[in-house]
Amino acid sequence: MLNERIKPIVMPKWGLSMSEGKVTGWLKRPGSTISIGDELLEVETDKITNVVEAGETGVLRRVLGEPGTVYPVKALIAVLAEPDVPDDDIDAFINAYAVPVTEGDGEADAGPQYHTAETPAGTIRYAKRGETGPTILLVHGFGGDLDNWLFTIDALAEKATVYALDLPGHGQSTKQIADASLSGLSKAVLGFLDTVGVERAHFVGHSMGGAVSMRTALDAPGRVASLSLIASAGLGEQIDHGYIQGFIGATSRRDLKPVLETLFADRGLVSRQMVDDLLKYKRLDGVDEALRALSASLFAEGRQASVLASGIADARTPTLVVWGEEDRVIPADHAQALANTAQVAVIPGAGHMVQMEAAGKVNALLKDHIAKAD
Amino acid sequence: MSRKISMKQAINEALDLEMRRDPTVIVMGEDIVGGTGAQGEDDAWGGVLGVTKGLYAKHGNRLMDTPLSESAYIGAAVGAAACGLRPVAELMFLDFMGVCFDQIFNQAAKFRYMFGGKAETPVVIRGMVGAGFRAAAQHSQMLTPLFTHIPGLKVVCPSNAYDAKGLLIQSIRDNDPVIFCEHKNLYGLECEVPAESYAIPFGEANVLRDGDDVTIVSYGLTVHRAMEAATALAKDGTEAEVIDLRTLSPIDWDTIVESVERTGRLVVVDEAHPRCNLATDIAAFVGQNAFGALKAGIQMVTAPHTPVPFAPSLEDLYVPSADSIASAVKRTLSPKGARSIAA
Repeated sequence: MLNERIKPIVMPKWGLSMSEGKVTGWLKRPGSTISIGDELLEVETDKITNVVEAGETGVLRRVLGEPGTVYPVKALIAVLAEPDVPDDDIDAFINAYAVPVTEGDGEADAGPQYHTAETPAGTIRYAKRGETGPTILLVHGFGGDLDNWLFTIDALAEKATVYALDLPGHGQSTKQIADASLSGLSKAVLGFLDTVGVERAHFVGHSMGGAVSMRTALDAPGRVASLSLIASAGLGEQIDHGYIQGFIGATSRRDLKPVLETLFADRGLVSRQMVDDLLKYKRLDGVDEALRALSASLFAEGRQASVLASGIADARTPTLVVWGEEDRVIPADHAQALANTAQVAVIPGAGHMVQMEAAGKVNALLKDHIAKAD
Repeated sequence: MSRKISMKQAINEALDLEMRRDPTVIVMGEDIVGGTGAQGEDDAWGGVLGVTKGLYAKHGNRLMDTPLSESAYIGAAVGAAACGLRPVAELMFLDFMGVCFDQIFNQAAKFRYMFGGKAETPVVIRGMVGAGFRAAAQHSQMLTPLFTHIPGLKVVCPSNAYDAKGLLIQSIRDNDPVIFCEHKNLYGLECEVPAESYAIPFGEANVLRDGDDVTIVSYGLTVHRAMEAATALAKDGTEAEVIDLRTLSPIDWDTIVESVERTGRLVVVDEAHPRCNLATDIAAFVGQNAFGALKAGIQMVTAPHTPVPFAPSLEDLYVPSADSIASAVKRTLSPKGARSIAA
């Protein structure tokens, strides 16, 4: 079949709530030869702007997505094909392409996007994607929530069952934190896994969530199949205390925006929606107390209270360490703390939110690491 | 968990949550329960438009139906506040403020000052403002400038359900008297609102839309008209920044001035009468503090200097429209706009 040689590039779906995206600009010209991982174009959503990377090879034969125009998820925005595929076939393919209806798009999309679980630590909100393969748990960092994984969760769910939760004190989970230590958070995570019936999972932790994942691997090694530590806390003492205090203290958009900009190498990624969503979270009763309790317990006097690197090095849990080279919150050289026992990848041009800023590269590393460890 | 509810429901929820949290919170007003004392008639009304409906069943006698005497029960609420309760008094239509000016302007607003900081007056007076409800001249005014004129009062006017809930919770927790202005034509408007309690701090405007060409400042219902105008203008390539003030006292001067310093053009939209209102206040402040940034004369879009008409066709013309706001923006952009004084 000739059609199989024509590869559509469609508006991606990033995260649970994305229904459309705006093409902001193309990074490749029509006629360019494309390899897997090449940066094709930039797309802006109400949450964030990001680069769409090529998942297949070919020549960029047609560019249909107009810069400045909004397209629904899965709309055809470009066509890849080898040079010998006739133009007429490509035109026929474009004319015949219909945007799949999102609602009817498989069973995974049909259910509610978020769930809640009543756990010993209180109500925990979570998302679950995918039905097959190994079980993966995504644990966000300080002040974050499960939407920090919006570029991660669906990519991993292609070949895995992926859970992402809001830790106590975060997102839309309970704002009560009974025990604001790493052990306390680790127990809350294990209680969540008990409630949803997961015995063992590959832990992927970002920042504070990385330290929680390490604590869990040390305290309950049987439940952690592997560790993926992204810009993780717990690998050295240093942390930008100004970021922690600024995040806790900011009550307005004007104050919070510069604080959030320290999370990214490209400050322009901080969108209006991201700032507004975080302000709405921070205004909820109990959040300020929760964040202050965590900060006092984990980052008192501007230093990380728990460094777990040597324990993890001894524990033999298969471990991947990923960092953004331009991380301004936790320095990228902390990645070297596990250089002897873990796979370490430091990604240039990305900051603390490396799983968002270099999503394609991080997802490839995660898939590879989890496949090997499983 | 977040879900879509109307501004009316959001206000009800804020009252309910604060009454649960703090036993000193009480609610009083005309028909806010409805039929109290008459068998089988409890909670029949929940206020003239049903905003407080259902609260009596949850909180009983902490809700009080009052006689039809605003002078009496607003005075009682102010006195109760000075003695340790946190009353929320519903004034139904804020147009009725006239008969309790002394209780509000001369007593509640002055206690902290007159008693050397030893007295606090944590009272909230909430009620309906604004035109478009076919309620005629005595029930339709936007009297916000009367309240902002008085030091010692805080003045709030939300434009949506999310803000209404968070600002009312903040108003109840605040230790000073707050006039909480609810535009009656926004009561049915729904948006995503968390079920939990949250407070929005006073004095922080909300920037609803970014733009580099012109700044539009408004509050209440006309925020939505400003957004409509901005959407229409964007089709012609004009990007307007739209600022929703949320609170009028205190007012977020920094956000306004920072925006005008970037855009160089200002349109202020106010549903109040044109003399001595929020629009003139903001225009004067920007003229005095950011004159060097202005590329054109400041434009004001307000209601006319007339009573609110009862004829529906005239009432519709009375409230600033998206078209009139867009026209004002175009005046700031025209070559003549730089010199024009009057529209």
